Amino acid sequence: MTTTAPPRPTSPPSPPSGPSPARRAGALLLRWWRRLTAMRTAIILLFLLALAAVPGSLLPQRALSQNNVRQYFTDHPDLAPVLDRLYLFDVFSSPWFAAVYLLLFVSLIGCVVPRVGEHVRALRTPPPPAPGNLLRLPDSGRLATPLAPAAALDVVEEELRVRRFRVVRRDGAASTPPGPAARGPELSAEKGHLKETGNLLFHLSLLALLLGLAGGKMWGYEGSILVTEGQGFCNTFQQYDTYSAGPLVDSGDLNSLCVDLDQFRAEYEENLTASSFTADIRYGEPSGEDQETTIGVNDPLRIDGDRVYVTGHGFSPVFTVTLPDGTEFPEIFAPFLPTDQRTLASEGALKLPDLGQGQEEQLALEGFFAPTGLLQGGVLTSVDPRPLAPQVAIIAYQGYLGLDSGLPQSVYSLDATQIERGRLSEVGAANLSVGESLDLPDGTQVTFTGYKEFAALQYSHDPGQLWVLGAAIALLTGLLGLLLLRRERVFVRAGSDGDGGGTVLSLASLTRGGGESGPRFTALSDDLRDALATAAARTATDPEVPSRD
Amino acid sequence: MTDSSLAALSDTLYSVSVAVYSVALLAFCAQLAFGRRRERARELVGAGAGAAPGGGVLVDDRAPAPVPDGTATATRWGGIAIGVTAIGALTHAAVLLTRGLAAGRLPWGNMYEFATAVVLVAVVVYTVLALRTPNLRHIGVFVLGPAILALVAIGLGLYTEAGPVVAALKSAWLGVHVTAAILGFGIFMVSGIASVLYLVRSRPGADSATGLVSRLPAAGALDRLAHRTAVFGFPVWTFAVIAGAIWAEASWGRFWAWDPKETWSFVAWVVYAAYLHARSTAGWRGRPAAWVNVVGLAVMIFNLTFVNLVSTGLHSYAGVE
Repeated sequence: MTTTAPPRPTSPPSPPSGPSPARRAGALLLRWWRRLTAMRTAIILLFLLALAAVPGSLLPQRALSQNNVRQYFTDHPDLAPVLDRLYLFDVFSSPWFAAVYLLLFVSLIGCVVPRVGEHVRALRTPPPPAPGNLLRLPDSGRLATPLAPAAALDVVEEELRVRRFRVVRRDGAASTPPGPAARGPELSAEKGHLKETGNLLFHLSLLALLLGLAGGKMWGYEGSILVTEGQGFCNTFQQYDTYSAGPLVDSGDLNSLCVDLDQFRAEYEENLTASSFTADIRYGEPSGEDQETTIGVNDPLRIDGDRVYVTGHGFSPVFTVTLPDGTEFPEIFAPFLPTDQRTLASEGALKLPDLGQGQEEQLALEGFFAPTGLLQGGVLTSVDPRPLAPQVAIIAYQGYLGLDSGLPQSVYSLDATQIERGRLSEVGAANLSVGESLDLPDGTQVTFTGYKEFAALQYSHDPGQLWVLGAAIALLTGLLGLLLLRRERVFVRAGSDGDGGGTVLSLASLTRGGGESGPRFTALSDDLRDALATAAARTATDPEVPSRD
Repeated sequence: MTDSSLAALSDTLYSVSVAVYSVALLAFCAQLAFGRRRERARELVGAGAGAAPGGGVLVDDRAPAPVPDGTATATRWGGIAIGVTAIGALTHAAVLLTRGLAAGRLPWGNMYEFATAVVLVAVVVYTVLALRTPNLRHIGVFVLGPAILALVAIGLGLYTEAGPVVAALKSAWLGVHVTAAILGFGIFMVSGIASVLYLVRSRPGADSATGLVSRLPAAGALDRLAHRTAVFGFPVWTFAVIAGAIWAEASWGRFWAWDPKETWSFVAWVVYAAYLHARSTAGWRGRPAAWVNVVGLAVMIFNLTFVNLVSTGLHSYAGVE
């Protein structure tokens, strides 16, 4: 940690007969430690943490959207690399963000751990003796009663015990040396240790929460895949379109689970607001029995601590390709990505490297899908997210797709460089409704036969999740205890009233937390006065018979 | 399934509430205008005692407190103002009620409804506090003024037709998470206003000043009000964030991913944590702590406006075109 850096020998010009260097280093370390664990430092670190989080919300983050970051690089070619060097596109996993929160947590540990010990000791120790002059405390007063000192304290003790105070009686005369300054018998009471318990629970839960979060990041993973109706996937990294995994994830240890999508349904309100997305799926071990269930928005599949979510949907237009020799390839489809969530206008591509006679006669379709198409001046647009009148606008290409060139390609679009180089040339284009065909010059026929829906599925594994939830609940519990409870101490000392049998009680209270203490003290002393009066009246009438009211 | 006559009624009630609040604002102004400077001794009112959420022992100053103002006219205006504010709050609540009935769901499904509800919570919190502690009626202008401005801005800038919500919002967590966020925000709003007034009131020389500043409650009372409301709001906000994380886990596939809204909620949480610590730390007590609280409110407002309207994230339910 940077704060525990070795001391600079130049800072204090040490006298030759001073303490040994080791001791001086120790003292300096101690000073640094105290400074780090001081509340003032904690407040500044809290501020730094808040400040450090800000760029993470203003700049695009790789963890949220790689695309937005790439876009930022295109838009700001000069600025972006500088920002990148400062980790500003990975703020929440950057070393400086980690430095702030680790310092904060070290400061927190330094602050809280000693208090745990103190608190445990305080729980075992009886309330401290009353201070010398009770009337000097801000909330204090006197009560006179005709009862004898011991009897008066009995009444007070009873009242305080009913209010769940821990009460200790001390014989003032015995504890102080006898003499003219001898004090009368006294009583100390306290309650509200739960406040400090809540405080400690809150801060320790924060630590636990961070550990759970870190553990989840280390051993957790997440994979996403687009699955068209009738298809499925198994939980291996090779199958996912994209995945991210913590550094300690062993790809051999993934839960073996396969999921097949039977049917996807999207429902809409009258104003075309999406009202529900549901996917009927079958899942199970790769070889085992399949179980059926339906998952949807807000309703993932939960199995063995893993979850499968529906995170989006769209359409896969279906084509039949008939070669000139009459060979038919039915059911050719690929997911087209929605470019407009409101109308589900989608774009995509189909690459068919194996249909033609050779490498130079590969076929590809690139195009636009409209669930409810509207042709305006030859341009197809979508007006409704529901598949009421599906249409496609496709451009057919023939030539070399470059799939085996070794360079990665997007599966949702054709490689534009292949088209520019002339390796892939346009051979036809058409707007098609279901059942219509596009005839290519070489006699190949492409028929738009319909559509299937696809679901974007996400598989998540986060072993720290339940731990974090538990820590969050403990945190909230501790916070409520800390903020709502009060710690109160009440001291009472009995003294003689000077003319015989009566007693004068000095009364004082100390409160921590919970706001105004004055009115509460007044209420307490009023209650005590009433209780003393009742007890006095009982003693006066008949000490043998308890009073009837 | 939107009932258009109920939706229209809701819109009418919106204008009515703004009008009623404006009348209350005038009454508060009259109270300030007719009130004389108070004697210092009268200022030891348990400000915001009603906010003590423990509910244990409350200061018994609900009984007609000693006239803190000196003039009966001012007190009468104060009473009228609080009464009219309460009526305004009722119509304001009716705005949301009719909207909820019109759309057949909880009336906080978009930014217009959310912000309207936040202002309602702030007004209700203030009204309850002012009923318990008559001295706080003096800050009515400074609560209702921003509330009216906010309502006008919301009505003009954020208005959205009553309608159904998207699939992701159809969850019981809407009732839990968003309600808690609205409550927390509304409470923090009162707290932030109290801190601003405290900063004005505690400026050196404010005690000897005449005019508006001297008619504010004592600096100590404002500081206590700000602290107590923040103490009340902080666990509510904490709960809102935790509930949001639970919902996000079910809806978006992870409980926390530093979405802009999540980030700013976290920033607000940290700032309010800093405020609560600062208030009990030597060197930060008083004005510095109050500034922290004001920053907290600024973060909350930024989180509502900028994050909803400008940045793109998963929390894009504002519905503002």
